[in-house]
Amino acid sequence: MNYNWNWRIFFEPAPNGTGTYLDMLLSGLVLTIETALVAWIIALVTGSIIGVFRSLPSKTANRIAFAYVEFFRNMPLLVQLFLWFFVLPELLPRSAGLWMKQMSNAPFYTAAIGIGLFMSARVAVQLAAGIGSLPRGQMQAATALGLTTSQSYRYVLLPMAFRIVLPPLTSEFLSTIKNTSVAITIGLIELTGQARAMQEFSFQVFEAFTGATLLYLLINIVVVIGMRFLERAVAVPGYITGK
Amino acid sequence: MFANFDFDVIRRSFGYLFLDGMTFTLTLTALGALGGLIFGTMIALMRLSGYKLLGRIAGLYVDLMRSLPLVLVIFWFYFLVPYIGQWLTGASRPVRVGAFTSCLVTFILFEAAYFSEIMRAGIQSISKGQPAAASALGMTYSQSMRYIVLPQAFRNMLPVLLTQTIVLFQDTSLVYVLSIPDFLGAASKVAQRDGRLVEMYLFAAIVYFAISCFASYGVRRLQARISIVR
Repeated sequence: MNYNWNWRIFFEPAPNGTGTYLDMLLSGLVLTIETALVAWIIALVTGSIIGVFRSLPSKTANRIAFAYVEFFRNMPLLVQLFLWFFVLPELLPRSAGLWMKQMSNAPFYTAAIGIGLFMSARVAVQLAAGIGSLPRGQMQAATALGLTTSQSYRYVLLPMAFRIVLPPLTSEFLSTIKNTSVAITIGLIELTGQARAMQEFSFQVFEAFTGATLLYLLINIVVVIGMRFLERAVAVPGYITGK
Repeated sequence: MFANFDFDVIRRSFGYLFLDGMTFTLTLTALGALGGLIFGTMIALMRLSGYKLLGRIAGLYVDLMRSLPLVLVIFWFYFLVPYIGQWLTGASRPVRVGAFTSCLVTFILFEAAYFSEIMRAGIQSISKGQPAAASALGMTYSQSMRYIVLPQAFRNMLPVLLTQTIVLFQDTSLVYVLSIPDFLGAASKVAQRDGRLVEMYLFAAIVYFAISCFASYGVRRLQARISIVR
């Protein structure tokens, strides 16, 4: 293989004047994590609301949730980001569109919101499945105790459902982190973007991608371990995931 | 709002969008799913083979692929495939590989990791009595896999496999990062050439939405049917 390996490239200064190539990748890593966290908060909040809607005993609420989930699940993430980034500012009134286009951090906000909404549909499906898996008696017992629907969700159903869906939510969170790399197409220079830039500056393709790969693996390991601790911390003794 | 829309741009570029773009996307999806299924089944068999080393290697491969973003994997293989070609053919310099081949290799190897998890679940869902009965009948391991276990596993997992194929169909749009004219790439090229971003991206979104909706509706019907038979 006639490829010139040069692993010391990481410690050589990058031409964009922000330090070494390693610093470049690390700044990408930080941006990846920031985008993923904001997106995850959006996904968790909206996804929970829609997930509850999916399980409510109301036809209208079910229909809204169904339409929401189908809308966000049946379009590629890339297309959704393009819709938010290129199409939405044109469809809004002139001044609002202009404001959106001139926002200094537009790719970051678009990516965070776009990925957040994209993932929220998946969170909703998982949470609705979790609520559906609870024994029917729980809701009935809550009603018998005189709790209103919102109280029984708040104090009985959701605390159990969230614990049940914690493992699938972990993998949804990992998907959120991975999906931030799609934002490279709207100009967000996150980890994959920085690896690509490093490859273009230094011509060390495989070192750059190996660096990014290792950093992604690191995030994955940290998240998986962290979630395992969380699972253990919130486990209900004697119940499914409990001891 | 739609007053200064130019819907004619869609009609004008219809042939390019569908004959070139959509054909690329659908071929890539079909071949990617087929190849992913074959490799995925092999990986699943490796993991369940009982040979520690083989299982460990397959497990590492699956974990690695599943923890990397597809965009990064697309870049990896775009640069790596020429070297793999050189290594396979023994050529003196990296082999020139077309965009389609490069993407196809990427998607087969990436999806294999996801399909292998589905097939593994499918194989494990077959009761132990089945392969035991097969070996009692004098079948070898490969015969019992071929005639008894895999057909049932495949059948049980068909809805999940098809759902994963719909995900793959949506994911093929990511070849955009290599500026390859798949459906979205073609739409984006026309959009930039004619300055019609809004119309083209909306149209692309509607097409993806319609196809995915239709396909997932089909999968739901199929699932209902299969569950009755069982």
